[in-house]
This record gives sequence, structure tokens and C-alpha cells, in this order.
Amino acid sequence: MKNPKTKKINSVLDLKKLKARIDRSIDTKKTVVRICSTTGCRAGGAVKIIDALVEEVARQKLNDKVEIKKVGCRGFCEKGPLLVLGPENIFYQKLKLSDIPEIVSETLGKGIIIERLLYEDPDTGEKIKYESDIPFFKKQMRNVFGRTGKIDPTSIDDYISCDGYSALCKALTSMSPEDVVNTVSDSGLRGRGGGGFPAGTKWKFCRNAVSDIKYIIANGDEGDPGAFMDRSLMEGDPHSIIEGMIIGAYAIGATKGYIYVRAEYPLAVKHLGMAIKKAEEYGFSGKNILGSGFDFKIQIKMGAGAFVCGEETALIQSIMGKRGTPVPRPPFPAVEGLWGKPTVINNVKSWTNVALIIKNGSEWFSSIGTEKSKGTTIFSVVGMVKNTGLVEVPMGTTLRDIIFGCANGIRDNRTLKAVQIGGPAGGCIPEELIDTPVDFDRLIELGAMMGSGGMVIMDENTCMVDVARYFLAFTQSESCGKCAPCRIGTKVMLDILDKIRSGHGEEEDLKKLEDLAVTIQNTSLCGLGQLSPNPVLTTLRYFREEYEAHIRDKRCPALVCKDLIQYVISEEKCIGCGICLKNCPVGAISGKKKKPHVIDTSICIKCGLCYQKCPPKIGAVKKITGFIK
Amino acid sequence: MEKKIKEIIKPFGSKKGNLIPVLQSIQEQCGYISENAFSIVARSLKMSEHEIYGVVTFYSQFRLTRPADHQIKVCLGTACHVKGNALNLQNITNMTGLKNGEIAPDYSLSLETVNCLGACALAPLAVIDDDYYGNLDPKKLEKILAKYIKGKTKKKDEKSKNKKN
Repeated sequence: MKNPKTKKINSVLDLKKLKARIDRSIDTKKTVVRICSTTGCRAGGAVKIIDALVEEVARQKLNDKVEIKKVGCRGFCEKGPLLVLGPENIFYQKLKLSDIPEIVSETLGKGIIIERLLYEDPDTGEKIKYESDIPFFKKQMRNVFGRTGKIDPTSIDDYISCDGYSALCKALTSMSPEDVVNTVSDSGLRGRGGGGFPAGTKWKFCRNAVSDIKYIIANGDEGDPGAFMDRSLMEGDPHSIIEGMIIGAYAIGATKGYIYVRAEYPLAVKHLGMAIKKAEEYGFSGKNILGSGFDFKIQIKMGAGAFVCGEETALIQSIMGKRGTPVPRPPFPAVEGLWGKPTVINNVKSWTNVALIIKNGSEWFSSIGTEKSKGTTIFSVVGMVKNTGLVEVPMGTTLRDIIFGCANGIRDNRTLKAVQIGGPAGGCIPEELIDTPVDFDRLIELGAMMGSGGMVIMDENTCMVDVARYFLAFTQSESCGKCAPCRIGTKVMLDILDKIRSGHGEEEDLKKLEDLAVTIQNTSLCGLGQLSPNPVLTTLRYFREEYEAHIRDKRCPALVCKDLIQYVISEEKCIGCGICLKNCPVGAISGKKKKPHVIDTSICIKCGLCYQKCPPKIGAVKKITGFIK
Repeated sequence: MEKKIKEIIKPFGSKKGNLIPVLQSIQEQCGYISENAFSIVARSLKMSEHEIYGVVTFYSQFRLTRPADHQIKVCLGTACHVKGNALNLQNITNMTGLKNGEIAPDYSLSLETVNCLGACALAPLAVIDDDYYGNLDPKKLEKILAKYIKGKTKKKDEKSKNKKN
């Protein structure tokens, strides 16, 4: 696409003209190749593949027939690096450098489909040609992610050509600030950061607060392990966040906005920075936006690696250059926030939703989802599933549809044991409950929460005590230390869990854990502390017998907890190949060639190398549990 | 060094709110926050050094020592955890002699864990410098680490030779 001459947009008409000009400049005869160039696929080597593709297209002289578009994440990270061809969206996956010449000469040159690169249904073995037919995409409703993976995130023209900034135009020219607040209120939008507080209510507080200056903040400090949808959105569709923020600023009367992004997301910072600059150039932000007399400027602030800064009051402290420790609420940020001024702070996904709501109307939004949770929600489905990736579904979709519909079920023919939702603040939901429709309130009833939308699928080889300890260890190490319940309480809980895992647990430990959990929930200063016992409480609620096995029988049923397992070599199966002996780092294995080997448990450090190295068809090394040395 | 740091912080002016971006720029260009940097930043932003120290130690991004030439980061995000990356971490420790958070005395290599790299489709994974290594297993690890711990493997070989002798 050629760059039409940029000019400041001063009115709706200007935007319409610009969009028409951009649309006209699109060469419809060209086959568009959309290739993901953001973090997930980059980790899989996408950068080299894109370079090779550009080179090969030039070498085969197809430059006037092919347009290569570097797009954001399409969400199907399992199959990356991936590309999508032409208007019909032919889907090629798991690309290798060596595939590129063939793709260019066969598919782009002659229109022949390369079977081997198509997606294969893991259940039926059927090859699927078009992206829209793949179950992973079929069951989704991509609204927030509507443009991600389709447009070039570094091109504002691409965004405008997909109706971008039309919502801002609509708000500024045909709606009063109150109208905007009411529309967001009516839509039923709840904050996408996890807590689910109604966005409209927050905005009303801030709009009604009297102050010379007000602020808008987009929270992109996505710190939950296993969640990466905010990053994908910031990398893949940065303008949608910016558009939402400008609309929000107009509604509450803010003049300055901040996007707070993790420093660990350099590509997101880069794309957002480019988008902010372009938006200013086009007159969507800055002074006198669209000739309305309204001014608003956006700046990026980078986080510095502190999980607690995802909490709104801590985030505000961090923007002010201080240690990111939370402050008690009230006063809420909507009344007294950044630099003591009224501040609306919403997650980046909420801001993208705002632009969609203004564009399509509150009824459109509230027609999706459940009674009290409207719109769609995004999960990053990771762990023991066949298809890892980002899934956007209407609120109220069942966990079964997400895990077995979109993500194609559990890998390696194992069975589902539990689903952990909501990151370190969330909880573990057992297999029996996966027909529950998920929304904000149902998840809380089950003891979990929406949180960031991280969804970790666990199979029978996962120990629930270990998982609870994992999350608690995370919050414990990320606790800022300001309040005692979180600082000390989580440490004591962690010590008890370690005691149980090591086989020294006592009956009354479970009661102690529960008591501590309730105290921490009730007395911690911020969400990080208040929610930190959730993983322990839900595993105690649904998997109590596993804790009891650790305590009473000194047994880890999932064979995970190191102190409760031992590695042994089966005498019948061992062929004496010596692989385990060679690999043992401490020399605990002995045995003559072609004779069964033995592990000296007094030396063994249980690193598991022998277990992993023993050839699978022999499988002589076993893990056992049920006693303690 | 002092001149360089002054150069780096110049565009930020004396606003206290800029402390974190100031520190980030220093670390980006100097590799870490040196003792020297504390006094320069303190003077420039009119803050006490201990206030700055409080901020530097609060955020995990900031380093107070020189970074190693090669940095191994092992992901311990949830997906990596359930797929057993702790075992890989232990194997790396066995191979390199470095524990989590340690730097080799010659600054050739460092080992640390990170909470989530967000490339969960590749779990379990580790990043060395800027290269991602996904779906790790002991075999893969050995191959990958070989080029970073050449000196150490040699020593081991010598040891085993000595044993044989």
C-alpha cells in the first residue's frame, strides 16, 4: 500500500476522504501474505523467515504480484511461525526457512497449495486449507483481536482502512462527554484487568471529580506468568488502545494519558511509540483534536520489573518515579490518583473495547455475553493442551468449549485434571466443573477469578500441592513488603507447603493454612495480598485428598514432589545400555554392561536425568512414591 | 564514565518523576547502575542517594553489578513449570556450576530465572542472550550449552582422563 500524503485530520469528512484514498491505493491484484512478526513467532524464528520471504519474492520477480505484510499475533502460537495467504486466508503453519522458496514458486507463483504446510486436525488427520475452517478459530469471536493479525501494526493507514479512529470521530463530533460515559455505562463493560469493576461507574466518579487536571492510564503491565494477550494486543493493534484512551479522555475531561508497559515487552513499547507519534501527526491526539478544541497527549512509561505494579495504586506510584508499593483505598484513583489528581486507569483490553463500544453502540456490546458479564473475554490457553494460543470467546462460554473446542484437548493422550485460571490470584478448577460457563461472577463463585485471563491446563502428572506452592512462591517473592499479612503471612503459608511437600506435614497444617489464608484475605492492603491465598484455597477445596496423601501417606500421587519420590531401575526391563550411568551427574548409578543397573538412593539427587535419558521403548527407570527415606 | 552518565541524564532534566526512565537509560547504555551513577543522579534530581537506592532495589530490572557476557534466562512461568522446566534449570546448574542468580567469576556466563517470557507455545524454554530455545530436554540443553561452557567441559574431560590414568 502506498502512503497517501499525510495531512492533519480536522473533521469527519477529512477522515472519510483519507480512508477512501487509502482504500483506493490498495492494489487488489496483489496477493497479500500476512506473516506474524511479533514475539511468539519471533521466538520461533519468524524474523529470518520474513527476510527470506522478501528476498525470495524479489528473486522470483513476483514483487508486483505479492505484498508481504508483517502483522501481529493471530493467536495460534502453537503452530508458529505461520502465514496466511490471499483474501481466502490459506493457512500455512510451522514454517521453516527451507519452505520459503517452494511457497513462493508454487503457491504464490502458480497457485498450488502445499499440503504439508497445512494444518492437520489432530483427531481426524484431515488437512485444513483455510484459516476460518480450523477449529481453533471457528469457535472464537474475535472482537478485541479483530484487527490483530490482519493489519500491519506499524501502519496507521492500515488501521484507518479497517474503520480505525471512526469511533473517536463519532464521539467527538456527535456525542457529548456525558453521552460517552453513559454509553460505556449502558454497555455493561467491566474492567478487563481482572477485577471486573464496571468501567462506566469508574468513569462517572472521575468525570464528577472537580480538578484542573485529570489523567488517563492504560495498564499494560501484564505480569501474570502464562498470560500474553495484552502484549499481543499492544504489539498487534496499538492504535485501538490509543483510540480508546482518547475517547476516555474526552469523556472524563483528561488532558494527559500514560501507557504503562512492562520493560520486558520491547516490541510493544516500540509499536505503541510509533502509533502515538503517528496519531499525533494525523491530529488524533495533541492539540485541538479533530478541530473540536479538545487537547490530549499520550506518553509511554516503562515498568521496571515489579509484578505488584499491575495493581493500580502501585502503578501510579511507579509512574511518579517511586517504589511501586500500593496505597490504601479510598481515596480511589478516580478521585485522587496520579500526582493527587483524578485518574481513570483501565487495562489495555478495556480501552480497545471502549473504541468498539462507541463505534458499534452499547446494545451491540451488551448483546454479547452473560447477564452480568458482557462482551468477549480473552484467555491464553497454555500448558498440557494440543494447541497453545490466545482464544477470544464470548463471556459465558464453557471451559470445555475452550479446552476441547479451541485448544483441541489434552496432549499425549493424557487426561485433564484441572484448569488454573487467573494467574497467581486465581484458582484451580477441577475437571468435574469444566462445563461451567465462565464469566466474572461464576469464576469467583468457584474460588478462581478472571484475572489476567491466563488459563493453564494441567494433566494427571501435575501435583496440585506443587502447583499451589508454585503460585504462592510467585506472589510471595513479588510481595512488596509494605503490609505484614502479605509479607509474613504468605511466607508462613509457603513454609507450611514446603513442609508438606517434603513429607513432614502434619494433620493440623491444613487447618493452619486455611486460617492464615482467611487472615491474609481480610487484612492485606492490596489485591496482590488479598488474592494470594486463592491457589491454595481452591486446591484445598477440590483436591484435599492430595494434600492428605502427602501428609498421611508421605506420598505424592502425581510423582512430582522430589522428597517423596525415588528413582528406581526395573531389573526386568533394564538392558544395561549404560546411558543412565553415563549421564548421572553424581555417579549414583552402577552396573556392568548388558546387566541391569541400580541407583544408589543415598547418593541420588533426584535430578531425573536417568528417567529422561532412558530410551522410551525400554523405559526401565521408574519413579515411585509412598515412603520417605 | 562520569561524563557519559551526565550526558545520558541531561535530556531528562531535574524532574523527580523521571527517576525510573533515567535509571533505565543509564542501565541500557552502561550495562548497570554503578556507585558513581547514584551520586550523579542524586545531584541532578535533587534526591538523596538512599531514596534512589530504594527504587533501584525495588525493581528487578536494575542491576548493581556488571552483566555477564552471556546471560542464560530460564523461564519459570506457569506453562514452563507444569512442563518441568525446573528440571532443566537444575541440569543447567549441573552443567555450568552456576546456581540461579549467580554470575561466573570471569563474567562469562550468568544464570537467572524469569517469571514468564510469554512464548508459552515453546514451553519449556530458556533464552540465552537474545536467542530463544524452546521445547527443552536434557539432550537439547547439552548441545545448546556446549558452546557457552567450552572451557568447563574441557576441564571435566581432563578430570576424567586423570581418573582413567
